[in-house]
Amino acid sequence: MNSKQSGRRRFLKGSAALAGLAVGGIRSASAQALDSGTSGTGSQDPHVYGQRSRFETSARVGALGVYEPGPNGPTRRDLGFRTPLQDSIGIITPAPLHFILSHGFETVDVDPRQHRLLIHGLVDRPLMLTVEELKRLPSVSRIHFLECNANGDPARAVRRAPSATVQQTHGLTSCSIWTGVPLAVLLREAGVQKGASWLIAEGAEQDFHTKSIPLAKGMDDVLVAWGQNGEPLRPEQGYPIRLIVPGWEGINSVKFLRRIKLADQPTMGMREISKYSSLRLDGKGRWFQFEMGPKSVITRPSGGQRLPGRGFYEITGLAWSGGGAIRRVEVSTDGGLTWKDAQLDGPVHPKAHTRFGFPWTWNGEETVLLSRCTDERGEVQPTIAELATFWRVNVDYFRSVAMIVGHFNAIQPWKVIRDGSVENALYS
Amino acid sequence: MAPVTARLKSCPEGPPKRLTIVLNLFMPVILLAACAARAQMPTYSNVGRTPTAEEIRAWDFAIGVDGKELPPGKGTAKDGAPIYARKCARCHGATGEEGPLMRLVGGKGTLTSMTPLRTVGSYWAFATTVWDYINRAMPPDEERSFTADEVYALTAFLLYRNGIIAESDVMDAKTLPKVQMPNRNGFIPQRIEEIPDARKRGCRLGHCP
Ligand code: HEC
Repeated sequence: MNSKQSGRRRFLKGSAALAGLAVGGIRSASAQALDSGTSGTGSQDPHVYGQRSRFETSARVGALGVYEPGPNGPTRRDLGFRTPLQDSIGIITPAPLHFILSHGFETVDVDPRQHRLLIHGLVDRPLMLTVEELKRLPSVSRIHFLECNANGDPARAVRRAPSATVQQTHGLTSCSIWTGVPLAVLLREAGVQKGASWLIAEGAEQDFHTKSIPLAKGMDDVLVAWGQNGEPLRPEQGYPIRLIVPGWEGINSVKFLRRIKLADQPTMGMREISKYSSLRLDGKGRWFQFEMGPKSVITRPSGGQRLPGRGFYEITGLAWSGGGAIRRVEVSTDGGLTWKDAQLDGPVHPKAHTRFGFPWTWNGEETVLLSRCTDERGEVQPTIAELATFWRVNVDYFRSVAMIVGHFNAIQPWKVIRDGSVENALYS
Repeated sequence: MAPVTARLKSCPEGPPKRLTIVLNLFMPVILLAACAARAQMPTYSNVGRTPTAEEIRAWDFAIGVDGKELPPGKGTAKDGAPIYARKCARCHGATGEEGPLMRLVGGKGTLTSMTPLRTVGSYWAFATTVWDYINRAMPPDEERSFTADEVYALTAFLLYRNGIIAESDVMDAKTLPKVQMPNRNGFIPQRIEEIPDARKRGCRLGHCP
């Protein structure tokens, strides 16, 4: 649905440029412009802009919207669109399959020539930059995952259902090679003043999303990115520029970045004080939880797939951690009785999806497949029981509480049934 | 020499190390001057421009917890009710309690239950956030369409419906930041200065206690 929409937008732009032509004439006219090499908009010719084989159909899925009630049900899309991890290859997510979460606010159509980034607040030299000016500065490329705080939330029935696919259980994470200017370069350019301890980032999207981030993180590894996997950012990913805050809840990586203010305290905006905090049993909200923990999942075989028969299968999956690089992934093919090291297929980058593989011969019996990872700090992906202990709740709490259980990174079990079908076994 | 070193540390882009040593030995005074000049000079020439104070004011409409940035204007819950009915009720419910989307009213005493209802009234720590969020984001597709008076009135309406202020209380730049939100102390860590240090907070495995 989304690609259809942006396609339409592109088409409309083309038609504006060719005002006066009948609609039917526009396509061929713009194709002619393309053939003469003057402009690249709107061409369907795969020699001009490549397309995947018609046999490949991997796609994001999204729940129908809950964001605009109407007499016949919701009319506004959720935009919680998930990455098809079951089809993932290597560690990079193709930009058109990167997950989208926009809280019901539609993607904005930003003209990069009009867009500006303002840096102000506790700085010596406030700065107003064009996108072109940003691109003149020394840039870097870094491979990082982005993950939604709510990825894997076990309070959602769909996520717990035996029929759930890995797209439904874990699809709110994606990984790209991001290109941009380190934020530290820009902040040094502006001259950070004494007393600045927070940065407040704001996007130009419909809700002018704003997020407060400790300055130390901003000076560490945050990027102002314009490139994703060798292309300009896609509109749904914040074109023309966005923040990339490696390893932290996706909400920090502000899209359509328009403003960065340095301050001596955070701004207590809606994202700081509303649903992004999770509740403790005593009713206190844990606010400002930034880092996503160590997490892994087997992407093949995974929920909804079917093994055609006994025999050899390479088990493969992804591991990542906001705490740094993945050092180790272990796999169990007997429901957790024994664990063996998987191979890290590489490349292994800090705060990035890391591909692992494990050779396995299925004997045709029912079993449960599990994976767990360890990051460079030695943190080991927890079991659901360990998580419950940390939260000081019982295991059932996670599936019965009526709120988003954020940062849920418990080990994911996939049950292989005798007929070869694979089921989500989080609670069975 | 001590003051020179201290000065150097706060110099945003200090001169290269080798140069520093030479200067340190022979000409500490010149070094000070170089540092001061350095603070006014960006590294990359002619990249970006200096925005005017007016531009910054226009771009930055965020409201902090002390409400310093709140614009002139005022409103009461009475003024807010008809605007709410017209612009908000279809998504948030006629009284703010029924939804279908995010419920904005109610939820008192539910935070320790298995069905916590987190609303402006039961959960939000600062009244200024209500103003900021309505002003920046609501209603979808018509964001930033309200006057300051209207935002004060809508904010007052939600605070009144949550039993925090009276129907005739006037909300303005002075009164709004003073409104005591019932759940102000309902967050961990309590002190804002403690937020950035995840280790000290005892956060592990991507979770904070
Ligand atoms: C088209 C439906 C719609 C309309 C109309 C609407 N809202 Fe909202 N509102 C939403 C959605 C959706 C969210 C949640 C956005 C999110 O999750 O990011 C929301 C969130 C909010 C929140 C934050 C709630 C929380 O607890 O986090 C407040 C406050 C709010 N709206 C106030 C208003 C006011 C005041 C109006 C009228 C001026 C209004 N809304 C009109 C859809 C709507």
